[in-house]
Amino acid sequence: MEKRVVFQSRWLPYVLVAPQIAITVIFFFWPAVQAGYFSFLVQDPFGQSSSFVWFQNFRDLVRDTNYLESFQTTAVFSLAVAASGIAISLLLAVMAERVVRGATIYKTLLIWPYAVAPAVAGVLWAFLFAPSLGIVAYWLERLGVNWNYNVNGGQAMLLVVIAATWKQISYNFLFFLAGLQSIPRSLLEAAAIDGASPLRRFWTIVFPLLSPTTFFLLVINVVYAFFDTFGVIDATTEGGPAGATQILVYKVYFDGVKGSDLGGSAAQSVILMAIVIGLTVVQFRFVEKKVQY
Amino acid sequence: MIRKILVAAAASLAAALPVHAQTEIQWWHSMDGALGDKVNELANKFNASQKDYKVVPVFKGTYPESMTAAIAAYRAGNAPHILQVFEVGTATMMAAKGAIVPVYKLMKDADEPFNPKAYLGPVSGYYTDPKGNMLSFPFNSSTPVFYINKDEFRKAGLDPSKPPKTWKEFLADADKLKASGQACVYTTSWPSWVHIENFSAWHNVPIGTKENGMAGLDTEFKINTPLHVRQIAMLGDLAKKNMFRYAGRTNQGGAKFTSGECAMLTDSTGAQANIGRDAKFEWGVSELPYWDDVKGAPQNSIIGGASLWVMGGKTNNAYKGVAKFFSFLSRPEIQMDWHTATGYVPITTAAYELTKKSGYYAKYPGREVAIKQLMNKPPTANSKGLRFGNFVQGRAVIEEELEAVFSGKKDAKTALDDAVRRGDEILRKFEAANK
Repeated sequence: MEKRVVFQSRWLPYVLVAPQIAITVIFFFWPAVQAGYFSFLVQDPFGQSSSFVWFQNFRDLVRDTNYLESFQTTAVFSLAVAASGIAISLLLAVMAERVVRGATIYKTLLIWPYAVAPAVAGVLWAFLFAPSLGIVAYWLERLGVNWNYNVNGGQAMLLVVIAATWKQISYNFLFFLAGLQSIPRSLLEAAAIDGASPLRRFWTIVFPLLSPTTFFLLVINVVYAFFDTFGVIDATTEGGPAGATQILVYKVYFDGVKGSDLGGSAAQSVILMAIVIGLTVVQFRFVEKKVQY
Repeated sequence: MIRKILVAAAASLAAALPVHAQTEIQWWHSMDGALGDKVNELANKFNASQKDYKVVPVFKGTYPESMTAAIAAYRAGNAPHILQVFEVGTATMMAAKGAIVPVYKLMKDADEPFNPKAYLGPVSGYYTDPKGNMLSFPFNSSTPVFYINKDEFRKAGLDPSKPPKTWKEFLADADKLKASGQACVYTTSWPSWVHIENFSAWHNVPIGTKENGMAGLDTEFKINTPLHVRQIAMLGDLAKKNMFRYAGRTNQGGAKFTSGECAMLTDSTGAQANIGRDAKFEWGVSELPYWDDVKGAPQNSIIGGASLWVMGGKTNNAYKGVAKFFSFLSRPEIQMDWHTATGYVPITTAAYELTKKSGYYAKYPGREVAIKQLMNKPPTANSKGLRFGNFVQGRAVIEEELEAVFSGKKDAKTALDDAVRRGDEILRKFEAANK
């Protein structure tokens, strides 16, 4: 009996894929096209009058210093979240690997934060760090730190980075753990016999072999920092103070929904989309080459 | 047998149908907690008083959230009949000509009595067009007032029955409070509303040209005068000494006062409900301080809060119901009930008189401060209110610049100049979109 790899039916594949394509079209392509269309208009919030203004929205954005500052803020934010997220979870995964007793408990507990919604995570950390009420804030004041993230932009950025990273650590942890399992023990044992210290073993064997996972997580973390952290920012600092935590995606929401500036907001969305597409292309074409499989 | 059952079922169905169809009126609002309960109470009272219309209040989130929801709903054809919009959304709503039905027109078409002069000056002034027609129905209006922690005042050797009248006295009291060990002497809620918008009106200086935007879309901000710089520089200076602790852009300052952390507070008159419930010290309410070297100060303060707008595209029958509901809400007893329960000001003179007569202010003098401050003098072009397009964004810009001063990043003059520049950009965009 011959095993056939080729699928026989002519129409079944399309039918099976149709629901996913429908969702992608309705929830991704259609809004993207509409955003693109809106970015060329200036219209009143109620949609009663709109005028076609070519690239004026884009020109206004480029001249807006706050928008350019938002770029910088987003870069700092996503770098901080991705770097600390990956570093901390890698450390935790390596340590969890070595533990023999109670390993399952550690691993289970370390995974739980991922189940928390970003907005809830934001509120949790905001409470802990709240200037007048929070426990951590209390201890900081005791140590002499003047903690008020409503006024101090650096402190606000620290708060949102902590809240955003905390959530993502579990996700990274899971992947790193799986990645570590796939490294052949024989390699590590051979290195140990040759006299390599644990640190040496890690950097020369484990880390390079983990590179597919690390690369994948880098992409995921950057996209997470760009978009999924909206809930964290909205629940804690709302982009303040003085725009210190106003990342690009939050500015899109603020200008469009709260400010009723649909044209400017749509233009920002288009630019954001272009950035992420560009980032993904760059990462897959160039960084992928350095990954050792 | 089955036939009998079917007949019985049909009969009971027919009996279940209402004798005459009630017209439902959807009312989207942003009153949460105890305020929301009061809103439901008002709607139930109205519904019980007549059979033709049923007002259905729906809590749709905060003011910006419900306004956004209504705009989106309007675009989709499902707007509510009545929408509660906060004062900063007034310009946006007014410019949306087809999307709203002006209240004066609604009441006239429905033959319901409606007299703009029955409303307190600053209240009606805010919501009328340059011709004097009221475009929205005032509902919950507040104004900022000054709160002091009387216990802390006594500890500092200050007389708690003599709160500071001027900002000079305020600074002197602040120093005494600090000397007596009170680390934080002042905090505020709604920084732009208190220290820019009301500050300007209280000193009879303009916030923007063209009567603060009421007389034309080509208005420009004027909030970087030496007087404004003086005020914001004072706050920045206090912030540097950590005597002024900034808590956030909305009503977060209230919590710092109620907890006893800060001894003085500027906040909405509506904050009295929470302070009364939660403060464990004696507290007092007084009028906002002013700079006594400014001619014309104190003038009168302007309102905050929200009003009710009627959305377009509904049936005439529904509009009759809305008009009847508005007449119901204007009754002095209803107004008095709403005012005493919530801390918002009574919006008609009749309601104010009724509350006075009932001896309410003798028992709670703090509740009258807001009204006295609003009616201090007849409003001028600078103190009728404001009407800036996209002011949600505009206020956010002002607050961002104020935060830069409070955190020491900018000096007051640069921040206010930037606020004017960025604010004007937003105004020009609104003007272009609504030509």
